[in-house]
Formats: sequence, C-alpha cells, structure tokens
Amino acid sequence: MTYSKRLDSREFDETRHIEAKVGIIKRADGSAYFKIGNTWAYAAVYGPRNLHPKFLQDPQKGILRCNYNMMPFSSSNERVRPGGSRRSKEISYVTEKALLPVLDLNEYPNSVVDVFIELPQTEAGSRCAGICAASMALADAGLTMKDLVAAVSVGKVDGKLLVDLDYSEESWPDGDVADIPVAMTPNTGQVTLLQMDGKIKKDEISKVLDMAKKACIRIYDIQKKALKAKYNADVK
Amino acid sequence: MNAELRKSIMKLLKSGTRLDGRKFSEFRKPIEVQCNYINTAEGSARVKIGETEVIAGVKMEVGKPYPDNPDEGTIIVGAELLPMSNPEFELGPPGIQAVELARVVDRGIRESKTIDFKGLCITPGEKVWLLLIDVISVNDAGNLLDAASLAALAALKSARFPEYNGEKIDYKKKTDKELELRNLPIAITVIKIGGSLIVDPDSEEEKATDARLTVTSMEDGTLCAMQKGGDAPLTKEDIEKMVELAIEKGKELRECL
Amino acid sequence: MQGNKDKVIAESEVFKMSEIKVKDKEIAVPGEALAVGMDVLPGTGTYRSGDKIMAGRLGLAVIDGRTIKLIPLSGRYVPKRDDTIICKVIDVGFSGWRLDTNSAYSAMLSMKDATSDFIQRGADLTQYFDLGEYIVCGIVNVTSQKLIDVTMKGPGLRKLKGGRIIEVDSNKVPRIIGKQASMVSMIKQATKCNIVVGQNGLIWIDGEPQSELKAIQTIRKIERESHVSGLTDKIKEYLDKGE
Repeated sequence: MTYSKRLDSREFDETRHIEAKVGIIKRADGSAYFKIGNTWAYAAVYGPRNLHPKFLQDPQKGILRCNYNMMPFSSSNERVRPGGSRRSKEISYVTEKALLPVLDLNEYPNSVVDVFIELPQTEAGSRCAGICAASMALADAGLTMKDLVAAVSVGKVDGKLLVDLDYSEESWPDGDVADIPVAMTPNTGQVTLLQMDGKIKKDEISKVLDMAKKACIRIYDIQKKALKAKYNADVK
Repeated sequence: MNAELRKSIMKLLKSGTRLDGRKFSEFRKPIEVQCNYINTAEGSARVKIGETEVIAGVKMEVGKPYPDNPDEGTIIVGAELLPMSNPEFELGPPGIQAVELARVVDRGIRESKTIDFKGLCITPGEKVWLLLIDVISVNDAGNLLDAASLAALAALKSARFPEYNGEKIDYKKKTDKELELRNLPIAITVIKIGGSLIVDPDSEEEKATDARLTVTSMEDGTLCAMQKGGDAPLTKEDIEKMVELAIEKGKELRECL
Repeated sequence: MQGNKDKVIAESEVFKMSEIKVKDKEIAVPGEALAVGMDVLPGTGTYRSGDKIMAGRLGLAVIDGRTIKLIPLSGRYVPKRDDTIICKVIDVGFSGWRLDTNSAYSAMLSMKDATSDFIQRGADLTQYFDLGEYIVCGIVNVTSQKLIDVTMKGPGLRKLKGGRIIEVDSNKVPRIIGKQASMVSMIKQATKCNIVVGQNGLIWIDGEPQSELKAIQTIRKIERESHVSGLTDKIKEYLDKGE
C-alpha cells in the first residue's frame, strides 16, 4: 500500500495554509507570528541588550539566545507542564544554530539578543514554524542579517515523500514514517537545521532537500510580504 | 528608582488626568474578548485591554478527587508571565508576581461558586474532572490581573468537554457539553497613587503604585474575592471607594463577555 | 578599428546588464536582491554576493546615483560619539555615575565630566545626580568594547527636573527633530512645552498637562508617519487644528 493521496487532499509538495504577521507584540524590539495549519508560533526579540550573568558575555560579539516553549494548553493531548522539558531545550538549541548563520552580531560585543518562541497551539511542525517566526522577528528588530531563514519539514509516509507533515501523517500507522525538519537560507539555499526521525534511503536525501528548498522559497515570499506589510503600513 | 515618574504622574493626577489623558475610572480601549481562540484547548479566550494581551486556555483531565471532597471536581489555575511579553520578565520558575496572579484568578472563580464542582464528579471517590486553567501574558502593558481574570472566565465559558469513554479522553473529539457557569465574577484592580484612585493602570502607573486592591464581584454586586497589594496601607474610606469603583467597572467588563 | 568597436559593445552590454530591482524608497528585507550587475555599488546595510547586491537588514532602499543603501526603520539605539542622549542614573559610585543609555550598554559619567565644581573626596555624589534622575549628556567616546564616556559639559547638557520622559524609536529621532530642529521647534511653540530630544530615543517633555499630552500625541504621530512626504505641513496642520 502506498500513501497515494494526502488525507487533507493537499498536493505532496504543498504546505498547509500559512499566515504570517509582523509586529504583534508591542513591547518587544521585534515580533511576528507564523501560523501553518493548526500550528501557531509567536516570536519576540529583545535586544541587543545587556547580558547577565557576566561570564556568558563574549567580548568579540553579541550572543543569540533562543527559547522555545509550548504554552500549557497548546497540545492536542494532555496539558503541557510549564517550565520546559528536554525536548524544548533541544529545540531551543537547534533553533539557535538554525538562525545564527544569517546574523551578524559583531557590532554588539558583550550583549545578548533574546528570542522567545511561544507556541499557543500545535499540530506538528512546531519547531519549523518557530524558526520562521523568529527569523521575521529578528528582521523586524532591525538586526544585521544576510538573509531570512525559512523552515519546513519534509517527510516520508508509506513510501511517499511529502512536504509539511500534519499530525495524522506524522502518526501514520502503516509503513515507515520519516520526519525531516529542514531550515534554509532561501537565497543561497544553505541548510541551517537538519534533523530526522525515521527511515529513508540514501538516494532520497537529494529529493528531500530539493523539496525543502522549493517550499522554503515559497515560505520566504510569505515572510517577505509580512515584513513589507508592516513597514508599508508605517510608510503610507 | 521611579521617583521622577511618580512625580510626573502625581502632577497629572492633581490636575485630574493621567499619562495618556484618560479619566481616573476609564479603561483603555478597545477591550476585546475572543473566545475559542486556541483549538487545542477545551476552552480558551484571548483578551486585549488596550495594548495588554493575554491568552487563557482550559485543558480538562480526569483525575482522583481530594479525599475530603470525594464527589467534587476542581480547578487548578496556573499563570505564566512570559519573557516574550515584557523585557523585565525572566525565564525560570514562576516568581511571586505570577503566583499571585494565578491565586487571584483562582480565588475569583472558586469563591464565586460559578462552577458546580459536584457537577464535575464522574465516579465519587474515584474519578472527577479537573479543569486546568492556564493564563499567559502575550504583551504586558499593565493590568494583567484584570485581563487574566477576564480571560480565564471567558475560557471557561467557551469550554466544551472532550469525549470520555470511562477510561480515556479523546481530545480530538469535543462534545457539545458545556461547563455551566452560575455567575460571572469579574476582577477589577483599583490602584492608589498619592491620594488618587484609578482603574486599569498601564505599566508606568503600576510602577508608581502605592497600593492596589483587586476586587472580584458578581452580577448582584456581591464580592467574592479581594487582594490588596502594594507597599502602602489603605484607609477604610479608600477601600469603600475602591470597592464601589470595582463593582461599577465590573459591570462594564462583564458586558464584554 | 574593429577591436575598438567590440570594446564599446562590450561596455554597453555590461551597463545594460546592471539592473536595479527595487524602487527608490521601497522597503527591502534581508536577503532580497536589490540589484544585479557590477557597476552598482553596495552602500550601508547591503552586501555584494557575486554580481548581486543584497539587503543585509530590513530597511528603506535609497538609490543614490550608482549606490544603493538601506536606511534602518527599526532596531535599538547604538551609542555613537558626539550624540546627545537622555540617560537615567542607575548607579552612584565613588568617582562617578553609571547611566542607562536605552541601549545594550550603560555609560559612565565621571566627576570631572559632570561638573566644574570641586568635589571633596568621598563626598556624596547623589547631591548632584541621584538614582532614577534623568540627565541630558553628550557622548565623548565609545570604545570597541562599547565602554561609553559621557560629559555634562556643553550647551544644553543638564539635569532634567520635572516633566516626563517618553520613549520613541531612535530611528525616528531625526524626523522628530526635523531639519535645523524645525519640527521640534514647531511642537514647542504650539504646545508651549519644553522639549529635549535625545538621540537615543528618550524625549523629555515639560509643560501643562494638556499641552504635554498634545506634544506627546504629535510626537507619536510623527513616529508613525515618519516617512510620509510633506510631513512638516501635515504636523503643522495637526497642531493648528487642536486646542
């Protein structure tokens, strides 16, 4: 048996519906949300600001600190206990690494740029949504950035490669399921996050990355529009 | 540290106005309540008061009742002051401000008896519904107490029980069964700066607060919870005026539900 | 002869190949290609990648002859030498004051830069500037490590008594001040408020309560509409029609 038609009748290279908005949290230096299907990510950027404790400071450049957090009611199962888990710690860490390559923090020695990613509701793909939101929020905060970062998960469900798995696909009961979150710099196509759960064949990797790139370019267009929409409203 | 800010606020209050030109008993606008905001929660609401924004969500679980109330379900309220919402908030376990916020929200709901705890009983002594209410701050521009209380109530009002087969909850399936609310307790915080009493403080007014009183009242004007905060004491006259103001403004906020 | 002609064609082809992809005063986001071709030059906020000029931040694209640059529309204040800023006193030490500059870095004001008075060793410095007070000062030096020295010696540099402080986006400060301080002068005149605009985005306003409010509303309007053309006239109209 193969997964010949997606449950929600999307094309195999089609993401869920995306909505993005910039400037959603007034107190932050930069902010944005990125909603993909039922997964929502909010991101707020504070900084560059003073970094405490002092031993964390880097006299050469500013540091980036990301925190990924699921709101207590954001899971479609039981309540999520606040205070973070090993999972959220790891996601925070890989998110930091996914965003860092586009940022230039040399102008801000000893300081920190804090990125808070909060998920009000989730249904698969939350780390990718978080990265997309965070990258818009960083641009909104006026930081020096070579590029945005877009992210999407590519997956394999029952032998078929597809983009942006939803919950039912992630938990597909028959055959192998692979979930491969990928973050990219859309303009140069470099990969800044790559993880995988599941099984794929060696020669499928190239196809996976091509699919991710295509989707990331479309996501970049949405991010770009959202950023311009905020500032165009300001200008006009 | 806020001496200068306090001075300028006091000067304005003496001339009958506030930093943003509002009257003493005026809330910021708009006040928005959007129910069923989060689809992973059994009940939820987003509340905005001016630029302050909070989200409340209710998750329902089945658990064991407390031994002293074997036929009653219960509520558990949590509050998180996210560092996303205010540059002064930090990561880590909830500080006293978050704990107090959760306690004030909890008390308003619990003591108003708006929820029939007995109605949450499934099997006495064994299984009852637990309502896990969480309120989180998205943007803190002042007066989280009132916004959080309103959001929690709106979330409860919109809640629907998930399907439960006696063993497992199917969170993917919501039933039509609502939580019946017997009344609508609304918390209003009145703060005192110098000799003036004002409602709905913004962040700067909060910093200049001498004392505050949060009064939760019901439709008929009965009070069901109070919490005094701030370093300065209050006189009997202050309290009477604050209570009166809170009941009056409570009516206004109740209209938003 | 033939060779020369070829060269001319080649040059014009290079010229034709250069293509500016943004309009003047258009918003650009990081990674966006602003121009293709080697004879367009990357200005501030942009970078070259191969034959392309890319946006290196979010900003307003300005085409100036053959150069494309980006003007910041957001971002926190970065201290610069010779800026006049408004600071809050956050610490009082033995030899000076530590100031919050509304940026990632605090500044030091030493006794000798604070006053020409002779200060006795071990004197209580809070009698000059106390914790929580605001001062207008000038940045004398910023090191690569962002250690900032400020001075109180200069015209207009002083402690700010009374009034109130508001915070604006520091990128909008030039518009709020206006050409030769025309904008801020207009607000001062119309509202009869004393106003000091710090380049770090803090503004001090002192006047009658209603006028202070009017001044603040006007400043917020400028902040919101900072890139509207003919802003000065619009603000004049706004101030005239109000009470």
